[in-house]
Amino acid sequence: MKKKVLCLLMAAACAASLSACGGGASETTAAAAPDATTAEGNTAAKAEDTTAAEEEKADAAEGKQLIMATNAEFPPYEYHDSSMTGPDGSDIVGIDAEIAGAIAENLGMELVIEDIAFDSIIPELQSGKADIGAAGMTVTEDRLVNVDFSDTYATAVQVIIVTEGSEIAGPDDLAEKIIGVQQGTTGDIYASDDFGDENVDRYPKGVDAVQALLQGKVDAVIIDNEPAKVFVSENEGLKLLDAAYAEEEYAIAVKKGNTELLDQINGALAELKESGALDEIVAKYISAE
Amino acid sequence: MSQGIYLNFIKDDRWKYITDGLKVTLEVTLFAVLIGIAIGFLIAVVRSTYDKTGKLKLLNGICKIYLTVIRGTPVLVQLMIIYFVIFGPVKISKVLVAVISFGINSGAYVAEIFRSGIMSIDQGQFEAGRSLGFNYVQTMWYIIMPQAFKNVLPALGNEFISLLKETSVGSYIALQDLTKGGDIIRSRTYDAFTPLIAVALIYLGLVLLFSWLIQILERRLRQSER
Repeated sequence: MKKKVLCLLMAAACAASLSACGGGASETTAAAAPDATTAEGNTAAKAEDTTAAEEEKADAAEGKQLIMATNAEFPPYEYHDSSMTGPDGSDIVGIDAEIAGAIAENLGMELVIEDIAFDSIIPELQSGKADIGAAGMTVTEDRLVNVDFSDTYATAVQVIIVTEGSEIAGPDDLAEKIIGVQQGTTGDIYASDDFGDENVDRYPKGVDAVQALLQGKVDAVIIDNEPAKVFVSENEGLKLLDAAYAEEEYAIAVKKGNTELLDQINGALAELKESGALDEIVAKYISAE
Repeated sequence: MSQGIYLNFIKDDRWKYITDGLKVTLEVTLFAVLIGIAIGFLIAVVRSTYDKTGKLKLLNGICKIYLTVIRGTPVLVQLMIIYFVIFGPVKISKVLVAVISFGINSGAYVAEIFRSGIMSIDQGQFEAGRSLGFNYVQTMWYIIMPQAFKNVLPALGNEFISLLKETSVGSYIALQDLTKGGDIIRSRTYDAFTPLIAVALIYLGLVLLFSWLIQILERRLRQSER
């Protein structure tokens, strides 16, 4: 009995020290690779990569899985819609899902979509549970420490939603107001920096923040433009402010140092952009105004 | 490792998320436990009075419905219903909502714990009290309750500990408790290991501290047995 307990303790200690090593390693690579060089490296590598990727594609084992981590609460980029069938056969659809589907097809792999909390996506990539993260993610410095990003595939703006008749007319009026956000999104990070932690209410889902706004629990919600449009159109008494809060670009995240997959994704993205498939997917979900 | 600690706790004063969250967690747990014990005590008295004497039939029915509903639904759903439905159109402190929800939830479990304690006391004790000239309330208060309380203390401590940990679901209504504090740091630094382990250690420390206190109380109460 005693031996068993000892064994368990040893195993736990081993696991703990291993994960500690993992953490240390990723930090050192992060320090050695400032974002500027990574970005340049990507574009340079991309040119030769269309051919390289083609060869690799043939090599990639048939039927291999490409696991995508996302938070499917973010229309129109990713959301559950039981009336549609997503690229992996589930009901998760949206721009990111379809782009990932097209990339997987391009690479000859089978897409599997995992729906988890937004702030768990990067840990999921780091631990190798998922291969790519596509969830309307903006490239930020903090995120570049822990993951690599592909070329950007969409631009977005952070906007402010308020109730009709609200006195808030622009970002400047937000001081001293309570702002609802989805935890871990760029809206959360910017708002916390600009207006202070105590004025930001962080909900696990964007839709919960909007619900709180409808009930007067928060004064405004800061969220990405496209989901914001959906929220406003589906709830009466809400409006979007014309003045954008911040502008940003979306990219696909992969585990730090997984350049092989990153190059493949960039190659596939370039092909999709060239063939116009990317625009088609976007147009399918976002009607031009 | 040291860089992880710097990034997660020291940079931008991030440790404040943890300490502020800890305060909220303790506050919510303390008041929820008080509400839970108050509700639980009342219900247990009603239910065991009905069991023993057949009186208070209507109240017993109401208590049974309460127990069924509260024990039959997840605490997270109850919390969201109280925040988004019952207090729907009101701007209300999230700490207050959490205290009310966890208090009501805990009350149901505490009620059954108390009732099991009251029912565990031998019927002879009750009869002895009555034959000494005590009325029903006096017998309950002076003879049954002190013995029952001693019997339920371990189960009550258990409930308190699980309530402390349960408050972590408060993050669903944007309550900035200890778990949420760690989550916010995690969402800033994208490091899962350090904040999660730190939060886990703090919960563990709290639970150890409270179990130790309960143990002392238990030992004190048992002194009369010798």
